[in-house]
Amino acid sequence: MTTALSTLPSAAPLLAVEGLEQSFGGVMALAGVSFQVPAGLIYAVIGPNGAGKTTLFNALCGFYSPSAGSICFEGDELLGLPPYRIAALGVTRTFQNLQLFFNMTVLENVMVGCHLRARTGLLAAALRLPGVRREERQLREWAHEALEVCELADRAEQPAGALPYGLMKRVEIARALAAKPRLLLLDEPAAGLNDTETLALRDLIARIRAAGITVLLVEHHMPLVMSVSDRLLVLDYGSVLAEGTPADIQADPRVIAAYLGGAVQYAV
Amino acid sequence: MRRIGFFTFAVGVALLPALFPDNYFVMAVGVSAGLNAILAVGLNLLMGYAGQISLGHAAFFGMGAYTSAILTTRYACPSLIALTAGLIIAGVIAWLLARPILRLRGHYLAMATLGFGVIVHVLMVQATPWTGGPDGLNGIPPLNLLGWSVDSDLRWYAVIMAALLLAIGLSLNLVDSRIGRALRAVRGSEFAAQMLGIDTGRAKTQVFVVSALFAAFAGSLFAHQQSFVSPDSFNLTVSVELVTMVVLGGLASTYGSACGAIALTLLHEGLVVFEDYEMMIHGALLMAVMIFMPQGLFIGLSQGARRLWRLKNKASA
Repeated sequence: MTTALSTLPSAAPLLAVEGLEQSFGGVMALAGVSFQVPAGLIYAVIGPNGAGKTTLFNALCGFYSPSAGSICFEGDELLGLPPYRIAALGVTRTFQNLQLFFNMTVLENVMVGCHLRARTGLLAAALRLPGVRREERQLREWAHEALEVCELADRAEQPAGALPYGLMKRVEIARALAAKPRLLLLDEPAAGLNDTETLALRDLIARIRAAGITVLLVEHHMPLVMSVSDRLLVLDYGSVLAEGTPADIQADPRVIAAYLGGAVQYAV
Repeated sequence: MRRIGFFTFAVGVALLPALFPDNYFVMAVGVSAGLNAILAVGLNLLMGYAGQISLGHAAFFGMGAYTSAILTTRYACPSLIALTAGLIIAGVIAWLLARPILRLRGHYLAMATLGFGVIVHVLMVQATPWTGGPDGLNGIPPLNLLGWSVDSDLRWYAVIMAALLLAIGLSLNLVDSRIGRALRAVRGSEFAAQMLGIDTGRAKTQVFVVSALFAAFAGSLFAHQQSFVSPDSFNLTVSVELVTMVVLGGLASTYGSACGAIALTLLHEGLVVFEDYEMMIHGALLMAVMIFMPQGLFIGLSQGARRLWRLKNKASA
């Protein structure tokens, strides 16, 4: 099911990372990583544990401050910006360890996702001016749309903490979609899911791309990665080992040696 | 649903003095319960919703009270202007303090706010030329609302309950809005909140200022109502008691914190008859509530009531 969409990087990539370096003490977690993500693709980042995938995500989102390199998103330099400014530019993410707002309902969680699309300030909110009510209705509608996409509409009023694990992961995706990002970072969305849920996740990721959102995916589940991604980046010890289409990567002897540990065929 | 709760509360508050005219518990205790409830509702925005502790909230309460006291007694300033000045002073100090202090978390934030409360208390005691020192300031004139002088118990009851309803209304509106959800998101996961575009530093600053304003507002009313202020009303014990009210009533519930404040105020009054044993019984009751109703009095009691109701229905069916 490999999609042979425009797999060559277009002239102006959505995201261009150049020579990114991040070290913790003496450990180089990212040792000069460069890659480009063309708009409209599903771009996966794979690599063994400790290869630097999550570090890369945290650096892209502004949670770490890399010591060197540049992260160019649609012409804006992200390096040095705080996470909330990066989010405002159109980048959002989900988390490997759930970061749901357990003190709210599913709908409210997703409504927080709409934060950037609304204007209501402190005073207007406290006085509940007529414009606020209108905006609340609009937010509710947007949140429901995002829940619809993630097939969670019937769970809207439940407390987020009462859902089964697989659905919680979906709420995180719905919440991120509600922000209308142009780049969505999914950090191990399949971790802890069963086979049925993983299949549904694959369809969901494909729907997200169809909606025009570029997806950057970190994932260990190889059948999922190989079937859904347009291009892959393989990291090892904080460096880029290979980059290409799923077919290229699966045939790449370096990847097989370093990461897959032998000739393995995946049912895709 | 939200409206029904609010109106029930308003009607109840309005009926009490009609049902029990000149009753000490309604008029005197009711007024001090009302003031505490305003403080608790404001502190709950910070603690219950945004998840940030403050062990120095009595300082803002004191700033409102002392600003009103000093301006009205020394400079014959109209009480409404003094009240506004108190709000501005407390708001600006809270704003200046918020950025550096709210970077801290958990125990560290508790220590920093506690330190702030202690400093403000020391200033009240030591700055004698301004504050009257440990003896405080007396002779504060009654509150004057555009010519209407608040000079009887019933009028005070009306003013403070109106202020409490205002505080509850503002809190309910705020919590169920874009801003309120951002605050709750900060408590839920600061990490995720930032990634959804929420400037968490700004959100925490805002709520810190708002809760300081609630406290300063209550402080101004308190100074006029007592016609006397002294540092004892704004010490560490008061700050701790405010936190207790919020936790006892139930964190992240506007009505809960108001209930917690009212319950704790009534408890103090009710236990006076036990004299020396008052504090012991007080402590034991608080422990019992926290053990048996960890979600707080408000949720605990309403769940209990619902269970009783179901039992009764079953029995009659």
